[in-house]
This record gives sequence, C-alpha cells and structure tokens, in this order.
Amino acid sequence: MCLAIPARVLSVEDEVATVDLEGTRLHVNLSLVEGVAPGDHVLIHAGFALEVLSDADAQELAFYRERMRALGAQESMS
Amino acid sequence: MTAAAGVDTALQRLRDAAARLSGRQVTFMEVCGTHTMSIARLGLKALFPPNVQLVSGPGCPVCVTPQGVIDRMVALARVPGATVCTFGDMLRVPGTESSLERERASGARIRVVYSPLEALAHAEAHPGEQVIFLGVGFETTAPAIAQTLRQAKAKRVANFTAAVAGKVVPPALHALLSDDDVALDGLLCPGHVSVIIGAKVYGFIPAEFGVPCAVAGFEAAEILLGLASLCEQIAAGRATVENLYREWVRPEGNRRAQAVIDEVLLTADAEWRGIGVIPLSGYSLRPAWRDFDAFERFGIPEMHAPEPRGCRCGEVLKGVTQPRDCGIFGTHCTPQHPVGPCMVSSEGSCAAEFKYGGR
Ligand code: SF4
Repeated sequence: MCLAIPARVLSVEDEVATVDLEGTRLHVNLSLVEGVAPGDHVLIHAGFALEVLSDADAQELAFYRERMRALGAQESMS
Repeated sequence: MTAAAGVDTALQRLRDAAARLSGRQVTFMEVCGTHTMSIARLGLKALFPPNVQLVSGPGCPVCVTPQGVIDRMVALARVPGATVCTFGDMLRVPGTESSLERERASGARIRVVYSPLEALAHAEAHPGEQVIFLGVGFETTAPAIAQTLRQAKAKRVANFTAAVAGKVVPPALHALLSDDDVALDGLLCPGHVSVIIGAKVYGFIPAEFGVPCAVAGFEAAEILLGLASLCEQIAAGRATVENLYREWVRPEGNRRAQAVIDEVLLTADAEWRGIGVIPLSGYSLRPAWRDFDAFERFGIPEMHAPEPRGCRCGEVLKGVTQPRDCGIFGTHCTPQHPVGPCMVSSEGSCAAEFKYGGR
C-alpha cells in the first residue's frame, strides 16, 4: 500500500500536473512538493506527488527503468 | 544487459559481504510490505547466501490494522446514507462478523478509490450522501489524507469525513527491537515511508540497539545492495543508517508533507495487530479537525476484538513466525478464504508466500 511510482511531468497547471505513466496520462496533485516543471519526474502515491526529481537527475532514473524492463524480460525467461 | 549486470554486481557484493561474516548467521527484516512483495515476486530469497536470512516485518498497513478497527469500519458501512470510500486492499479483510466486501454484497455503498481526492470529489458531486474515507496507511499515505481534509475544509464540503486509522513506523520499530522475542541483525528500511519522514529518523536504531539500517528501493539490485550494506556494516563492526534510495529519499524527508500532516493529524497511542498498543504510533485527527472525524460524527464507539482463532498474523508481523508455520496456512486460510489480513492484503507476508512460495 506504500507503493509509489515515478512518472514524467508533461505539463503543470496550478497545483495539478499531467504526467505520462508508461503511455497513460494521469493528473497528479502537486500541493505536497515545490517547484515542479515539465520534464521533471515525480513520485506518485494516492493521487499526490510525494517528491520531485529534476530533469537532470531523472537520467539516472531512466537507467533504473531500463534495468527494470530488462529484469522483467529476464524473469519471464526463467 | 545493463539490468542483468546491475543485479549480478549487487548479488556479488552481497555474497562477498556475507562471506566476510565468517560463517555467522544473520537475520534481517524487510520492514515494508512493498519490499516483501518485490522479494517474493522476483524470487530473490533463492539467491541469498546461506548465512543470510530475511524475515518480513509489520510493514503492511492493512495487516497491522487490528480487528476492532475493521469492525468499526464495517459499522460505518452500515450507517444509513453512507458511502464508504476505501483503498481496495481493505475490502476483503475479515472483521469479527463481516467484511466491507460482505457489507457491499448486502447493499452497502462502498467504493474503491485510488486517492482520497476521488472520495472528496464524490462527496462534492453527491451532496445527499455521507461520504466516509477510510484513512488507513503509513506516513506515505498520511499527507494525502491530511491534504484532502484541508481541501474539504477550505471548500466547506459538509458531507465528507474520514475514519483515520493510520500508523507511524518508527515507534513500531522501536517496540519491535525492544521485544525479547525478536532478534534482528539489521533492518531494510521502507523506501516510500522514508520519502516522507527522511532517512535520518532511523538514527535511534543503530544508536540505541546497535542494529544497522539500510534504506533501499524496490528493484532486485536495490534490495540486494541494501542487504549487502547490512552485511558490510556488521563485518566492519559498525552500525549506521545507509541511504541507498537517494534519488527519492532526503535525509530530512519531505518537509512540506510533514507540515501538512502536522497541521491536521497528531500521533497517539495505537494498537497494532499482534503487537499490542505502541506509544505514539498512530495518527488521529487534531481537535480542530474533529468535525471531519467519521467515528465521532456517526457515533461509532471504540471496539476491541480478539484475533481470529488459529491466526498467527501477530507473530508473522513481528517476524518470529514464518507464514508456513501457521497451522492453517494454505488449508483453512487461503487468499480465496482468508482468515487473517496477512493473507488478504496484496502486501501481506502470508499472501506473498502463498502466491510465490514455491519459487
Ligand atoms: S496463514 Fe492466515 S491464519 Fe495463518 S497467520 Fe497467515 S493470515 Fe493468519
């Protein structure tokens, strides 16, 4: 239940971001975080962004995602 | 390719670190239910060095919710005109004589929501209904619940209340480590709880108990590196809090979220299933927010009830009994017919063992 997922911010309007979650567009409340801009990544839980990761730092996250995907492939092969 | 290499490197590091313990057996606990599920799903335990054992802890918010609180929630579902909004995990948790799912089958209005904001939106759209949000969760979820209540107050939504039954993790870890039945050599601390409360708060664990901690993410390599850190700390004769989930977890956590929680909620003594009452380990509404207290508005008294007969969830949650050691695991108690919440919740240790145990 403490599951939280990262997603990339497409646009920000007032306190709501539209994010891209693996192809699905979602609205996320930004009132618990500061200074979110398009391109940033947010960690989402229960409709709220819990933390922000700047675009630059998100490169690292892209690496993690890649790793996760490969992991999934590995898992289904075993 | 990178992925496999990441896991291999992490695994090698765990094996090397475990080998440096000169045969000493160590028992670690993954505190968080999301870790429990990842570890089971990825089949990680099969990869561990033989001297490293990992047990699950009290990190599934649904599982630690005592039976009496489930009974109170069932009572709320029976309030005439009520619409109960809940996270899906709560639906099938058996109370003493019913569950939310059974109440729904007999006509109660129960909606599964992903966010408390959905419950608030439903209240605004349906002024004739009394909309009650069941506020179960740890620190990860508390700011979402508190912020939703702030919005409800600002918008003067009169038909919205919350049944706050959230829990706070560090006091439970303190109680656990103080328990004579529990002997742990290290803690894999919860990643997403830590996003809110920060990594620093676990400092009392090495300081007071000499037990090393690692805050870790949820992928295979991250979990393995977390365990490697615990072994390395023991091998080096030190105990600290190592934060391995730095991209999301700051030392001091999310201050803004903490302030929102603090405005709406206070911490009070709370009962954890199987563990008992732990000082200052549960959330309740601050006096200024009593108008939003569902239990108060609908006159639902405190309830206490014994755990279901034969269920060893309490010991499972402390990590002193493994799911398969429960006499009714897989026979009387299955995900289809759960006896205890550890078998119902998607993050429960018994459910994880039932679903993935053979791997
Ligand atoms: S197997 Fe079922 S009855 Fe036994 S401890 Fe787990 S949830 Fe409780």
